[in-house]
Amino acid sequence: MLSDFIRHAPSETFSRSRSLLQRVHIDIYLLMALMLVAGAGLIVLYSASGADMGAVYRQSVRFGIGFFAMFIIAQLDPRIFQQWSGVLYIGGICLLVAVLLSGHDAKGAQRWLTIPGLFRFQPSEIIKVSVPIMLAWYLSRKGLPPKFRHVLVSLVLLFVPTILILKQPDLGTSLLIAASGIFVIFLAGLSWKLIAAATVIAVSSLPAMWLFVLQGYQKQRVLTFLNPESDPLGSGWNIIQSKTAIGSGGLYGKGYLHGTQSQLDFLPESHTDFIIAVLSEELGLVGAVVLLVLYLLIVWRGMAISINARDSFCRLLAGSLTLTFFIYVFVNIGMVSGLLPVVGVPLPLVSYGGTSIVTLLGSFGILMSISTHKRD
Amino acid sequence: MTQHSLDTKELERRIFKRRMIVSAVVVVLMLMVLVSRLVFLQVVEHEKHQALSDNNRLEVVAIPPTRGLIYDRNGELLAENLPSHTLSIVVERAGDIDQLLDDIRDVIEVSDDQVSRFKRRLKQYRRPYDPVPLKIKLTEDEIAALAANRIFLKGVQVEAELIRQYPQGEAFAHVLGYVGRINEQEAENLDKGAYAGIRFIGKQGIEKQYEDVLLGKTGYQRVETNARGRVLKVLEKQAPVPGANIHLQLDSALQKKAFELLDGKRGSVVAIEPETGGILALVSQPSFDPNLYVTGFPTVLYNELRDSPDKPFLNRATRGQYPAASTIKPFIGLAGVDGGFTTWSYTINDNGWFQLPNDDRIYRDWKRGGHGIVNLTDAIEESVDTYFYELAYRMTLEPIHDMLDEFGFGKITTLDVYNSANGNNPSRQWKKDRHGFSWYAGDTVNLGIGQGYMLVTPTQLAIATGVLANHGRWFMPRLLMHSNDESLLEFEDKAQPDIKLNDDSNWSKMDHAMTEVMYGRKGTARRAGYQSQYTIAGKTGTAQVAEIKRDEEGNALDDVPDRLKDHAWFMAYAPVEDPKIALVVLVENGGGGSTVAAPIARELLDEYLLRESVNAQ
Repeated sequence: MLSDFIRHAPSETFSRSRSLLQRVHIDIYLLMALMLVAGAGLIVLYSASGADMGAVYRQSVRFGIGFFAMFIIAQLDPRIFQQWSGVLYIGGICLLVAVLLSGHDAKGAQRWLTIPGLFRFQPSEIIKVSVPIMLAWYLSRKGLPPKFRHVLVSLVLLFVPTILILKQPDLGTSLLIAASGIFVIFLAGLSWKLIAAATVIAVSSLPAMWLFVLQGYQKQRVLTFLNPESDPLGSGWNIIQSKTAIGSGGLYGKGYLHGTQSQLDFLPESHTDFIIAVLSEELGLVGAVVLLVLYLLIVWRGMAISINARDSFCRLLAGSLTLTFFIYVFVNIGMVSGLLPVVGVPLPLVSYGGTSIVTLLGSFGILMSISTHKRD
Repeated sequence: MTQHSLDTKELERRIFKRRMIVSAVVVVLMLMVLVSRLVFLQVVEHEKHQALSDNNRLEVVAIPPTRGLIYDRNGELLAENLPSHTLSIVVERAGDIDQLLDDIRDVIEVSDDQVSRFKRRLKQYRRPYDPVPLKIKLTEDEIAALAANRIFLKGVQVEAELIRQYPQGEAFAHVLGYVGRINEQEAENLDKGAYAGIRFIGKQGIEKQYEDVLLGKTGYQRVETNARGRVLKVLEKQAPVPGANIHLQLDSALQKKAFELLDGKRGSVVAIEPETGGILALVSQPSFDPNLYVTGFPTVLYNELRDSPDKPFLNRATRGQYPAASTIKPFIGLAGVDGGFTTWSYTINDNGWFQLPNDDRIYRDWKRGGHGIVNLTDAIEESVDTYFYELAYRMTLEPIHDMLDEFGFGKITTLDVYNSANGNNPSRQWKKDRHGFSWYAGDTVNLGIGQGYMLVTPTQLAIATGVLANHGRWFMPRLLMHSNDESLLEFEDKAQPDIKLNDDSNWSKMDHAMTEVMYGRKGTARRAGYQSQYTIAGKTGTAQVAEIKRDEEGNALDDVPDRLKDHAWFMAYAPVEDPKIALVVLVENGGGGSTVAAPIARELLDEYLLRESVNAQ
C-alpha cells in the first residue's frame, strides 16, 4: 500500500527514470503541475502588468530562486525538519516580536523586517512553514488521535504567532496560518465532537471579534464585502470592477491582452491580488477553469504524497501544506469574485510578488522531500 | 519494532487517510463553489457585466458642428465663428477648486464676475469630466502663462473653440439676436442628442428663429477611455454637418445708416422691399453689443442696461407698440373712398374741431382754427384730423377694421421675424372682452386719426406701407433671402390675400395724395421732400403720449418733459411709379413726425436709391 504509486508504474524504463528522479528527490508530477501553473501565471502576468516584459522577467527570477530553494529543501530528509521544528518556531516568533517592535512600515502595516545592508523580508513567511512543522512534530510525537490536552497545547502553539501577525495587522496571513495549524490538528484526528464544539465557540465569538479584534480598515473591508455598492467609487471600487471584469469575460473571454477592464486600468491591483480577474476577463470561464484544474492537480498530488508519506509527521505536514495551498487559491478567487471579503491574499504562483513565491515553492520542496525520502 | 507499534502506525495511517478523504471531498466541494461563482458571473450575469464594462470604457464624444454663417443681401458677413481659446476646469481632475482658482488668478487675470459665473455653472447639471469654462477669449500672453504653469494647475485645460462673433455689433443686435450659453432651463428641454457637445444656442432674433438650421448636425466619435477618462482610441467617427448659411434680405449699409441716424434717440427704422417683401433694414435704438452675450455680460453692465429707462434690450421694431397716429390716414382714406363713404371731390369745411351729435366732447384738429375747405387729397397732404374724425364717424368701425386687417394690422404676417408683437386692430368684441365696455362712436372718431385703441409696431406699419406701395399686392414679409439649406426656401406661401379695391384708380389717387405730403404747398413733409431726385410718397404721424398745449402748427407750447413728448412717425415709399423701398421711421418722444422722422427717412431713401451699387444692379 505504501508503494502504490511505484507498483502502478507501467514499464521498466519508467521505473528506472522514477528511481533516478527519486535519487535527486524530484516528484515529477508535482514539479510538472507547479511548472504548468507558474508558466500560466507568467503568461497572465504579462497581460496583467500591461505587457511589461520587465515584470515577467523579475517574476521569472523569483520562480528561479523559488524552484532552486525547492530543489535544495527537497534534498533534506524530513527528519531534519522534525529536528529543526523548535528552532524554526521559536526563531519565527522572535522575528515576529522584532517586527512589532521595530517593523518597517509598508502600506500602513508592520510586516517587514529589514536587516540593514542585506535584505528585508516578512517573518510571517517563515511562520507559514514553521507552524505546521511545529504542530506536526508535536502531535505526531504525542500519538494520534490527539488527546484533549495535546489539542489545547497545539492551539496555544498556533495562536501565539497568529495573534502576533494579527497585531501587525495582517488579517489575511494570520487567518491562513491559523488554518494551516488547524489542518494539522484536524488531520491528526481531532474528534468530531471537539470540532463541533469549536465551531459553536468560533461562531459565537464573532461579535466579540468584531468589537475587540478587528481593526477599522478590516471592518471596512467586511462592510464593503457585504455591500460593495454602498461606496462604488471608494472602497467598493475594487470588488465592483473585478466582478465586472470576470463577468464581462463570459465563456471564452475577450482575448489575451484584450481585456478592457484590466488593460484600461479600471481593475486595480490587476497584476497582484486581482490577477485572476484579468485571466477570467481575457480567457473567460474556460481559462479560469483550466487554471483551477491545474491547481487541483497540485492539490491532488499533494494529497497523494501525504497519504503515502512514511510517518505521521510527514503525513500531517504534507497534508497541512497541501490544504493550506488550496485555501490560498480558494480565498483569493473567492475574494476577487465577491464571495469573500477582500483580505489581501495573493493567488499562489500567479500573482506578482516576491517572498510568497519563494516560501510557497520552499514548502513544495518539503512535499518533495517527503515524497522522495521513504525509509521503508 | 513490536507488533503493537506497528498496529499504532497502521491506526495513525488509517486516521490520517480518513481525514484526508474528508478533506478531498471538502476541497472538491469548495472548487465547485468557485466554479459555480464563475459560471454565475460569466454566464448567468455575463450581459450585465458586459454592459458595465462597456460603460466603463466606451464613451461617445460629440463633435460639435460649426454654426451656419449669416450674411446680408450683398454677402457681407453679419455673424461668423472665430476661434477663441477658453480656459476650462475639469472638476474631477482638480483638487480643491477654491485653491485652484486662487492659483489661476496668480497667473492670469480672472474677474470676480467670471469666478461667480463659473461657480454657478458648477452647480448646474453636467456630465462627469465635462470641462466647465472659466474664462474665454484668452490672449496669447494668457495662453502662454497658463502653459508655463500647467503642471501646477491640475484640471486646468485650455481649449480652442469656435465662438460666435457679430462684426457689426450693436447695429444688428436686435434683428440678428445672439447666441448665449445654454442655461439650465434650456438644457432641460433640449434634444440632448442634437445638442451634445454644444454650448451655445440662439436666444433671440434670427439666431433663435433659424436655430435648427444654423445649428448643423452634431458628429460623434465612439472612443475608448481608460479609468482616468483619457481617450485612448477612436473606434468610430461620424463627421459633423455644419449648419446652413443664411443670407438675409437686410441691406447692411442701409441698416448701419439708419442705426447712425437714430443714434442718441429712442426709435426704430423698418425698411422693406415691396417687390419681394424682403426686409431691408430692421433697426432699434438704443442697442447693445451682442458679442457680450457670447463672452458673458459683465454683471454691472448688464444690470445697468436692463434697468435703463431707455430699454436697450427692447426691440422697438417688432415689440414696440405705438398709436399709429396720422400714418393710419391713407389706409382709412382708401377704405372710405372705396367703400363709398366719401369721394375724392367731397369736401368739408374744417373749423379746427369736430363734435359728435348729442355729445359735448370736442375733437380738436392739430391746427387751431382748422384747415378750411379740404377734400381727401388735402386731408392727406395737410393731415387734417377733422376730415378723418368726420369720415370715421360716418364709416363706423367695421369698414375701417376690415381694411386695416387687410393691410395686416393687429396680426403677425411675417415669415421669420422672431417674437413679434401683435399690435392691436380693435373691434367691438375686443373692447367688450378687454375693457368690458361697448364700442362708442367716439372710439371710432379717435381711430380715424390713429389714436385710441389702435396700436402698431414699426414693422407692421412698414409692411402695410409696402402693400400700399404695391397697390394691394401682398408678399411674404421676411428676413430670409436664400440659404444653402434649400428646404428653408420652400416656405409655405402664407402671404395675405391681395387687397382688391372696387375702383383700382383709388390706388394711384392715394399715391398722388401722399406725394402731395412731400411736394404740396402745404405738405406736412415738404421739407423732407425738397429737391428729391425721385418721387416719394409719404405720410407723417405724431402720436400723442400726453395731452399738451400746442401752437398753430401743432407743436407744443410749453417745455414738455421728454417722456411726455409725442412719438414722431414717418412712412414713405419711393419711387412712387415703381416702388423699390417702403420704410417707416419712428422716434419715441421725438416730437413732430415732419420735423424729426421725415428727414431721417429722406436720408435713408437717398442712401438706398441713389447709391451707385444699387443703380448698377
